[in-house]
Amino acid sequence: MADLQAIKDAVLSGKRKDIVALVQSALDDGVEPEVIINDYMIEAMKEVGARFEAKKIFVPEMMMAARTMQTGVDIIKPLLVGKEGGAKKLGKVLIGTVFGDLHDIGKNLVMLLLESSGFEVVNIGENVTPEQFVAKAREHNVDIVGMSSLLTTGDPHVKSTIEAFKASDMKDKVKLICGGAAVTKKFSVGECGADGYATDAVDAVRVIKKIMNIAA
Amino acid sequence: METKIWSPTREVIIGCGRPVVIIGERINPTGRKKLAQSLEQGDMSLLQEEARRQVEAGSQVLDINVGLSGTDEKALMVLAIKAVREITDAPLCIDSANPEVLAVGLANYEGKALVNSVNGEEAKLKEVLPLVAHYKAAVVCLTMDDKGIPKDVPTRLAIADKIINEAVKLGIPLEDIIIDPLAMSVAADDQAGLSALDALGQIRDKLGVNQTIGASNVSFGLPDRPFVNCIFLAMAVMRGLTCPITDPTNWLIKETLILCDLMLAKDEFSMNFISAYRKQFPLED
Repeated sequence: MADLQAIKDAVLSGKRKDIVALVQSALDDGVEPEVIINDYMIEAMKEVGARFEAKKIFVPEMMMAARTMQTGVDIIKPLLVGKEGGAKKLGKVLIGTVFGDLHDIGKNLVMLLLESSGFEVVNIGENVTPEQFVAKAREHNVDIVGMSSLLTTGDPHVKSTIEAFKASDMKDKVKLICGGAAVTKKFSVGECGADGYATDAVDAVRVIKKIMNIAA
Repeated sequence: METKIWSPTREVIIGCGRPVVIIGERINPTGRKKLAQSLEQGDMSLLQEEARRQVEAGSQVLDINVGLSGTDEKALMVLAIKAVREITDAPLCIDSANPEVLAVGLANYEGKALVNSVNGEEAKLKEVLPLVAHYKAAVVCLTMDDKGIPKDVPTRLAIADKIINEAVKLGIPLEDIIIDPLAMSVAADDQAGLSALDALGQIRDKLGVNQTIGASNVSFGLPDRPFVNCIFLAMAVMRGLTCPITDPTNWLIKETLILCDLMLAKDEFSMNFISAYRKQFPLED
């Protein structure tokens, strides 16, 4: 019988070399691909997120865990193509760092956690102008736009990005959430009218799920 | 090559044949709630306390950054410079992302200041370098440009070279240029430490200028951050770091830098190290 707990453990401890054989053996034993992803890998990443939030693990460990999951998902993916519901994502999120700011670590962590929670993420990088944010959101037809701002000088750009969305045809189509060391809830939600604010990567997943009415 | 900056009563010389110059980083409200709150209220007492503590801990230059969203950064900069002057005559490093704030800071600075910073972005070059030239200041140059922060060494060198060319065109002497080759988080990219160290080494060997670096980036996301920072600093000094912007009130960091001087024969009879140690760990009697 396939050792499904071992798959969870491999993701938890970031054992990328072990995951391939473990997933393959589970598939060979007839375990449903969706079960492997949803009940074991996503569950493992939930635990990873909680440990990170509790400062029990560090950034590289979280990245290794996410990569391990990704390696596992890559094996499973071909089996899900065309299968009803199998590859269904929770939602599509566009993410970028605001204009004038080149910080990427926090944003990339948010991306990793969102992906491993079942979201599709479009990363548009750093130093993104309000116009680029809106154009990319339209192009990719996303549900959520996440903007990251780490510089105290970034406030005007957070504001103008939110204003650009409010003034565009995307106004009712996307929800906007903000995060990063320089942003506060008071400023982003209170003053600028963003739909949500997240304190860190784990919180970002929580906030986005809440906005989209997805059970945690 | 020697970079000289001064206040009316004190000169600081930065150079690779000399002991490391610590530029104190603590006057910066980013991520420091109490300091941010006091600055928002125009209260300079905490800022003065930071100035005093850093000078006492061995900072020869103080970085002044008062960037806070929702405040008048220009007015705050003027107040801050004045307030620090009541405490110490250490030369200052005027630090802002906003060139207008740099201009106001320089206009209100007596002596030769260090400016933090310019980088390879076209707009920054155009806005900041003329100020540096006009006030005959020295300037920190970050090796990033409109394309972002490079991960590799050759791009860092090319950007440093470009900034230096632009600066020299405006009459800024080479010795007034201090390069920061930008260390990134090792947690996010395990090549980041080596690449910053190699950049330091090559910039020293090929361009010969003084260099600074923000060491605390390196340890972001890792455990035991102070120790990680210290190891990086020590290795960086060996490769050409001459004036780190860091926190001398952290004993580990201060001790690391003093020991770098000692190991590189810049502390006669170990006297600086011993006296710093005695100050940190006083004898019982």
